[in-house]
Amino acid sequence: MAEPVPLIELRNVTRRFGSVTALRDMSFAAHAGEVHCLLGDNGAGKSTLIKTLSGVHTPSEGQMYVDGKPVTFSSPRQALDAGIATVFQDLSMIPLMSITRNFFLGREPVKGAWVTKRIDMKKADAIVYEELARIGINVRDPQQAVGTLSGGERQCVAIARAVYHGARVLILDEPTSALGVHQASIVLRYVAQARARGLAVIFITHNIHHAYPIGDVFTMLNRGRSLGTFRRGDITEKEVLDMMAGGREIRELQQELERFTKPGSGAEAAIS
Amino acid sequence: MPWTLIGMTIVTDALNPAHPPEPKPVSRRLVRLMRRPELGAITGTIIVFAAFGITAGNSGLFSMAGIANFLQVSAQLGILAAAVALLMIGGEFDLSLGSMIGFASVTIGLCVTQFGLSIPVAVAIAFVIAIIVGALNGILVVRTRLPSFIVTLAGLFILRGLTLAITRTVTGRTQIPYITDGQEGSFVVWLFGGKFGAPVFAWLASHGVIAARPDGSAMVQGLSMSILWWLAVTAFATWLLVKTRFGNWVFAVGGDDRAARNVGVPVDRVKILLFIGTALSATLFAVIQVLEAGSADTLRGTQKEFQAIIAAVIGGCLLTGGYGSAIGAMFGALIFGTVEMGIFYTGIDTDWFQVFLGSMLLIAVLVNNYVRRKATEAR
Repeated sequence: MAEPVPLIELRNVTRRFGSVTALRDMSFAAHAGEVHCLLGDNGAGKSTLIKTLSGVHTPSEGQMYVDGKPVTFSSPRQALDAGIATVFQDLSMIPLMSITRNFFLGREPVKGAWVTKRIDMKKADAIVYEELARIGINVRDPQQAVGTLSGGERQCVAIARAVYHGARVLILDEPTSALGVHQASIVLRYVAQARARGLAVIFITHNIHHAYPIGDVFTMLNRGRSLGTFRRGDITEKEVLDMMAGGREIRELQQELERFTKPGSGAEAAIS
Repeated sequence: MPWTLIGMTIVTDALNPAHPPEPKPVSRRLVRLMRRPELGAITGTIIVFAAFGITAGNSGLFSMAGIANFLQVSAQLGILAAAVALLMIGGEFDLSLGSMIGFASVTIGLCVTQFGLSIPVAVAIAFVIAIIVGALNGILVVRTRLPSFIVTLAGLFILRGLTLAITRTVTGRTQIPYITDGQEGSFVVWLFGGKFGAPVFAWLASHGVIAARPDGSAMVQGLSMSILWWLAVTAFATWLLVKTRFGNWVFAVGGDDRAARNVGVPVDRVKILLFIGTALSATLFAVIQVLEAGSADTLRGTQKEFQAIIAAVIGGCLLTGGYGSAIGAMFGALIFGTVEMGIFYTGIDTDWFQVFLGSMLLIAVLVNNYVRRKATEAR
């Protein structure tokens, strides 16, 4: 079978913290030009999986592969150098620092040598301006503090930063969960752009409505185990929702709520 | 509100061609200026000078001797404040700073008077010890993940105690006199403890611009070398902070060290280097005082850790880290020195100086807090 080599792959990975097993016998692969959605409720092992992929944790058992070669990352920096960039929920952006300073943090372009070695701020500003304009964010002053941006803008800047610095695998941890519809759509549109550029995007979320329109592949997690990986054509949104932990609970909740809102039941006033 | 002038717009159509950056209008420069952390300290300096200009105009504060005086006081504190500002921007405190001054002082004193080493060698040894103490402070803070406030508070007592115990054991006293005897003309003594600008002052005196002695030589024969060190240290700290990668990392480490670590900033190394920086500044302070006075005292530098923090905070540094400036700290130290000398010259009871200090600190913290909130407000 001529299956292409995944950009990043986990085979039978288990991760324990003391006596707690956060990830159990997990296998997972992400390919270039695909959005791979990781779905699961809180505590399903999503964050442990991300942190393993991004080099924060090493697997207790099992092996990670990049381009088909076995790798072991001992720090996030090594994962970054291998082209695996993670945009954590806190975005790893420093609100009091300027957009440019954040954008190039840890990878500042320099000019001059020896004692005159310094950040090339002019070049950095120009790149930030251009990269952000490309995704439709128009900054007037790249030196303004990141804290002045809206949530969606910040998310986009964080993703643009990862893409600009040569990410081939982009791990997005709940990129839309704190955003309104409009802001979330900006982010989703940008994720589609990144996919078109040939990146492997790993999209972690518990919101199926954000995941389903953009996902090519879905992996469901529950209590540290994989419930299986499905291609978009093979599964419906409703089936995905059902498989996620809490799918049944949500259905029950829906039925319960419907009872409350029956006309004439007198409960509308109580909940409105 | 100046902050609302600059904003950001989302172009809904992602394919909309970007406009090239517009030329900077004056208003935007002004806005950028208003957001500078040192603005408060510069305003404060102007107010202090104006106030003393009115109340102490004839007291001698602004005579050449008075200026030389308050500049010297400001310079010594300013050397510490620049390093402390960097450390505070990096999100840490160093309360062992004042004790480090005493420790470095007696190190030089003992090396010269007890071990017969030359002054340059003694000074070099003091700086090496400072690097070790600073690194120890930093490693302890980084490894234990305890607040640096508590770790260096321990350092404050340990270093001061060591200073007293060692000096008393070796010499039987707590002061070491006659360190520079016979070496007054040496280059190193001049470099740290001497005066500069003598020809200029002599010329000014001979032309009657500044006060002269009966024999025609200038009353003030030069300015303390510490002033040049102050400017040099501040310039270096500012260069580091604003222009270099290291400076970018200092802001990041103080702003959010987890985020900094995630993007690959060597957080621990940055913090350790900053602690070495404050220990080195304390030692520079000690070298200057010892070589100016020719003697060392175990109690040198008492309370300097707090004064340096106050100068840095007046200069716009946030107590929570991630924001501030070395130039601001320079003005913070200048306010400090000017008021301390100004109160002395105007004949006000010097007890009031502490009241003033506390009030300044409180005002500075409130202003900084407001500025920080404004700087991070989403628009």
